[in-house]
Amino acid sequence: MKPYRKVAVIGAGLTKFMRRALETGRELSFYAAKEALSSSGLKFKDIQSVVMATAPDAFDGVHMKGEYLADGAGGFKRPYMRSYVGGGSGVFAIIHGWYMVASGMFDTCLVVAEEKMSSCQPHPQAAFNSIYDHTLERPLGVNLLWIFALEMQRYMHVHKISEEEIALVSVKNKKNALDHPSAQVAEEVTVKDVLNSEIMAWPVRRLMVSPTSDGAAAIVLAAEHIARRVSEKPVWIEGIGWCLDTSFWTNRDLYYPDYVEKAARMAYEMAGIKEPSKEIHIAEPYDPFAYKELHHMEGLLLCKRGEAAKLTAKGVTQRNGDLPVCPSGGLLGVGNPIAAAGLMKVCEIFWQLRGEAGKRQVPGNPKRGVAQAWGDLMQVGTVVVLGI
Amino acid sequence: MKEQRVGIIGIGAVPARSASPDVSYREMIFEAAQKAYYEAGIEPEQVDTFVCLSEDFNEGVSIFDEYVPDQLGAVLKPVHTICGDGLYGIASVFMQIRTGVFQIGVVEAHSKLSNIVIRGKVEEMGLEPLYTRWTGLHSYFIAGLEMRRFLYETGIKEEDCAEVVRRFKENAIFNPLAAYPSRISTEDVLNSRKIATPLKELDIAPQADGAVVLVLAREDAVRSLKRDAVWIEGISFFTGEPHIDSRDFGRASYAELSARKALEMAGIKNIRKEVNLAEICDVFSYKALQHIEAIGLAKKGESGMLLREGFFDFNGEIPVNLSGGYMGIGAMSEATVLYQVLEVVKQLRGEAGNRQVKNAKVGIVQSWRGIPTSSGATLILGV
Repeated sequence: MKPYRKVAVIGAGLTKFMRRALETGRELSFYAAKEALSSSGLKFKDIQSVVMATAPDAFDGVHMKGEYLADGAGGFKRPYMRSYVGGGSGVFAIIHGWYMVASGMFDTCLVVAEEKMSSCQPHPQAAFNSIYDHTLERPLGVNLLWIFALEMQRYMHVHKISEEEIALVSVKNKKNALDHPSAQVAEEVTVKDVLNSEIMAWPVRRLMVSPTSDGAAAIVLAAEHIARRVSEKPVWIEGIGWCLDTSFWTNRDLYYPDYVEKAARMAYEMAGIKEPSKEIHIAEPYDPFAYKELHHMEGLLLCKRGEAAKLTAKGVTQRNGDLPVCPSGGLLGVGNPIAAAGLMKVCEIFWQLRGEAGKRQVPGNPKRGVAQAWGDLMQVGTVVVLGI
Repeated sequence: MKEQRVGIIGIGAVPARSASPDVSYREMIFEAAQKAYYEAGIEPEQVDTFVCLSEDFNEGVSIFDEYVPDQLGAVLKPVHTICGDGLYGIASVFMQIRTGVFQIGVVEAHSKLSNIVIRGKVEEMGLEPLYTRWTGLHSYFIAGLEMRRFLYETGIKEEDCAEVVRRFKENAIFNPLAAYPSRISTEDVLNSRKIATPLKELDIAPQADGAVVLVLAREDAVRSLKRDAVWIEGISFFTGEPHIDSRDFGRASYAELSARKALEMAGIKNIRKEVNLAEICDVFSYKALQHIEAIGLAKKGESGMLLREGFFDFNGEIPVNLSGGYMGIGAMSEATVLYQVLEVVKQLRGEAGNRQVKNAKVGIVQSWRGIPTSSGATLILGV
């Protein structure tokens, strides 16, 4: 199961995440791509292929959105492809870029993830209705908050977790994000503030939900011979994994994400990791909702089932804890432009491992990190393990 | 470790048709998948990775990959969408297998375009929203502009384009999977309703519904499954100029560049001597001639003449679109090109029946993503 070629991340770029960007999706892609390129030591002419990740076309109202974004991402006059797994697209983008380079077809790849949700008026939540089954579910007027409320409820019930314990995740991530220059909703809040915030769909409260955002992220990938030449500190892609569960989400027990576990096991096997909780130094699980971080920590096998809340309460997941989780501030703090949010997590691991995370830097020279995203109908897990 | 070859070991499709009110896309994909797995001699559990091809607005569903795993037997497996036509899917699985991590991969594409009430409106959403869309340009209008420019630059006549339609629709008579086989005259095409002069109604490939599934495998897996594979010798995809307002309308740069790269990968120096048959994208009649020239089967401006002389016919030097192409099979957004791949696979295996080309060893397939894109791919298959 070992890949023939090693692939490294050699540059990363990120725009500010914001509520309503004046820039078009193309411009956002351009800013992120340019920053990633200039930090990589490569020039645009050295880029042999481009990968774009962006979630539903319904946000922008653009059919074949990948083709529309091509020029902003640098995907013209060269091989260009858009891959897509809903909310998991951000981390899938690096997997896509990885196989482009690891296959030997290309030596370099620019990976760009963009999302502009604000084009969907009055609120992008309405666009999410179109992800549901047209016959069985859409007529109910479902939105994401509803199904997350169901999942959160089930998770809390099975593991006997309280709302207070889940609120701690919001408190931690929003605080971490204060140090992130791209952050949209960083603030210092208390558990009480979280629990007193408006109920969106019980038990989900406003401060437990990530915002809707506009933004873009980008990374540059290179094959080993190029990475060693142009980069002083290449960050290697050690393992990748992704997994899609059945469309019939209503038939599953939602308390545990099997698909994340399968994706994680695939990535760990490739990276040669036997005990993830010991061998992973830093984690960026997908946290669009506060309980999701805990849910995904368990799926990623970073702790036993039902234990994530206890670790959070003990402070283990703080930046200076034994296992820093979402040191970037995550989606709850930095913001959630769907695909770009996933790739933002990859950027964070890249900066942390290189020791370039500034005020967000976790102590102890971390050597290995995992980033994960999740999407579709509570259905897909995408995982990447990076190391130096 | 030495890089191993990747081959197609199974391919299944449901017959294309103009509408399919009696079956869902799930049922069509299931049928195609069963055929493909049976031909490959595998169970879906043996597959390591799945790629499905779709664009949300064509499906009327956001995040379409949500709805593919069950009918493919891909639950709790690596599955993802590529927003591209069939050849992009093949390229994607090809690259995944070539990393050394995967052995067997599946590509799926389908069309349920008959569900769309006003297709022109969906295509209009593909235009750049700030500077271009407000003009309300219909995709056929843009095709008309392109056709005019192409005819002007090359001196090819509308009659030549009509010949394309006549011949390809006739080829489709022998293809049991085609939705639009017919015998028509060039006058029928020339006298059909004007859409955006010089583009006429019969210059446009009619849409269809269908589904197709392919199984790809690495050399060692092909051997252990004891199958005869049709090997992928070359593959490339390319995006040219993304703005329709600053593009060279006379040329198909994506086809030129992807074909050059794919031929180079396959080690083919002279396409006209070394390739035995071709399947090209003919979603509009003039596009067929433009693509024939772009990939090097004819010199600039000569494709019409060669076509008239029978160079691209069944008995000609290099038969083109024996499947019937988009004109004969039907336009199925991402899926049609995989029906064309199916044709080449059958030909190279010697299973094409009464349309079998003698001694077919190498075939080329070329695709285009349609208006308003300048993205396309080329695949070279060999035995």
